[in-house]
Amino acid sequence: MRTLLKLATAAAISLGVSAGMALAKDKVKVGFIYVGPVSDHGWSYQHDQGRKAIEEHFGDLVETTYIESVSEGPDAERAIERLARSGHDLIFTTSFGFMNPTIKVAKKYPKIKFEHATGYKRAKNVSTYGSRFYEGRYVLGQMAAQISKSGTAGYIGSFAIPEVVRGMNAFMLGAQSVNPEFKIKTVWVNSWYDPGREADAAKALIDQGVDIMVQHTDSPAPLQVAQERGIKGFGQASDMIKFAREAQTTAIVDYWDAYYIARVRAVLDDTWSSTDTWGGFDKEMVHLAPFTNVSQEVAVKSSQTRDAIQSGQLQVFQGPIIKQDGTVFLKEGEIASDKQLLGMNFFIKGIDDKLPE
Amino acid sequence: MRLELVKRQEHSRLMVVVSPILAITLTVILGGGIFALYGVSPLEGLYAFFIEPLNSYWSLEELLVKAGPLILIAVGLCVCFLSNTWNIGAEGQFTIGAIFGSIIPILYPEWTSGFALPAMILMGAIGGMLWASIPALLKTRFGTNEILSSLMLVYVAQYLLDYLVRGPWRDPDGFNFPESRIFDSAHVLPKFGDGRLHLGVLIAIVVAILIWFLLSKTLKGFEIKVLGQSPRAGRFAGFSSNRMVWFGFLLSGAFAGLAGVFEVSGSIEQLTPVISPGYGFTAIIVAFLGRLNPIAIIFAGLLLGLSYIGGEAAQVSLGISNKMTNVFQGMLLFFVLACDILIHYRVRLVNPREAGNDVA
Repeated sequence: MRTLLKLATAAAISLGVSAGMALAKDKVKVGFIYVGPVSDHGWSYQHDQGRKAIEEHFGDLVETTYIESVSEGPDAERAIERLARSGHDLIFTTSFGFMNPTIKVAKKYPKIKFEHATGYKRAKNVSTYGSRFYEGRYVLGQMAAQISKSGTAGYIGSFAIPEVVRGMNAFMLGAQSVNPEFKIKTVWVNSWYDPGREADAAKALIDQGVDIMVQHTDSPAPLQVAQERGIKGFGQASDMIKFAREAQTTAIVDYWDAYYIARVRAVLDDTWSSTDTWGGFDKEMVHLAPFTNVSQEVAVKSSQTRDAIQSGQLQVFQGPIIKQDGTVFLKEGEIASDKQLLGMNFFIKGIDDKLPE
Repeated sequence: MRLELVKRQEHSRLMVVVSPILAITLTVILGGGIFALYGVSPLEGLYAFFIEPLNSYWSLEELLVKAGPLILIAVGLCVCFLSNTWNIGAEGQFTIGAIFGSIIPILYPEWTSGFALPAMILMGAIGGMLWASIPALLKTRFGTNEILSSLMLVYVAQYLLDYLVRGPWRDPDGFNFPESRIFDSAHVLPKFGDGRLHLGVLIAIVVAILIWFLLSKTLKGFEIKVLGQSPRAGRFAGFSSNRMVWFGFLLSGAFAGLAGVFEVSGSIEQLTPVISPGYGFTAIIVAFLGRLNPIAIIFAGLLLGLSYIGGEAAQVSLGISNKMTNVFQGMLLFFVLACDILIHYRVRLVNPREAGNDVA
């Protein structure tokens, strides 16, 4: 009897062990640091959608927490370290300004895995990830050139960092593929999120005669102004159709769900390693909101362009491309390297605005 | 029955001690109620907010790091405010201090001798003083309202910082992202322990004690208070109010500039577009919460720091929105100011019948 019991116990233990082996971890704690409030309906909101997607997908296998409105100054390091100290296995820091604090904290906690969005510094336990939003902007440019009668778009920029400059160039390339004479008028608002200033910029641009509105800022305000004044525009970061039912033609949607699920899966399976992911339509990191308020013709052409970029058949930055100052950026057929794209600090020919130096 | 406030002949010594305790008690009670409405057990919520941040060494260090710049700036401001000079632009002086203090690590990174760090600190103080001297000059020369001029200069300073980190001071190896190079270790303040506690925090507390001494034990302290309370009496005593405006602005500017250079060289270790979560403005609250007394300001700075750190801790441990932090800070300040009225007034219950007799 006693031997039987022993055997049974041994069996139970070995079973337990092997069950434990199948999954390297039985529960993963995932933390997020957001630069804005989760209610911004833009950048941080979309990251939080990704967090919710993880919870839904993995159920009891994950536990998630977040700290919102973390300022990109001296507070960031403390917030990240707080997550590291409270038992998190995987930490996503979702704004460029968190790069150096993330690296600092990661050095102190080598067992914890970190993922930093939009940066370029990696370590053994720090991955980076970002989206090729510029692919979406190429499609937007094509649409704008088809929709606009005046041949001029209003463009609201946040900061003249490579991300935004690249987006503006991609937009222009898309527009020029339809109308080589297309023009844009630019206002820089020096903020990612400032509904008041964004709305003022939109009004000023419309007064100057633009008839389509593009924004690289996160609030729905420019789109709402576009709707009031009866012109069309594009949403940014999230699908903003509920803010401007008659004005939004599509929106660039940051879509992190698939990436976040894959990374949590990697931690659960113990296959996580430091990587650098820069995905566009192909990796499902950029979505376009449904085409609305445009003709069937425009919608069809836009989804064809989208598919061509996704399959790699169409490259957004493929030569010949001439810089604003007349020098050659890419020769006929040449494709821009990621390094060239990441540090892009010049406008292409056709954009009249000057980069703030 | 109704309540009436009656002015006391002399301010109540008892209430000076009791009113802050009363304010904190009321905040805790009402805060507990809000937690309950939010679906969180009030005890757990209050624990996460106010106690948990105090029970680990790391967390205490972080509290000091957060409170350090608030205390340093607020101590300078209290001298200013006591002398009836209104420097609202400490945030700008903080920013210029940080910029001046960064000249060596950004433009002369090869200079790593032992003198570099003291020189940086000195330059930070000079930067803050220079920026503060603008409203002081405008006030003493043209009678310009210093509240407006010092406040407006905050935005000028912030745009200057923005221009520098996006333009000429941008990290050459940084893919054109808006931030400066990372400081060499010779340009970083010494740290204690394994955390982020740096020399600047210690200096802030020493400075608070020195200013307390200045205010309560020296003739200068007397001059500051006399000119603040009665400029006319001050003039009869031979004190110059113009000189006092300069003194207040230069001193508070120097401290704000110091806080700025401490923050970049102690905590951030590079210059970025955002270097302060509004320390210069929060310090005004800290100064008044500490009733313009440097020793009390140390505690006020710690209390406000605790409300930030506790709010962050509660987000993680209880999943509470960070709006709760703002609500708590608002409640605390409201009750502190409201309870202060008990120092100069007492509450009297008035019987309507008696009151009626009075009228008759």
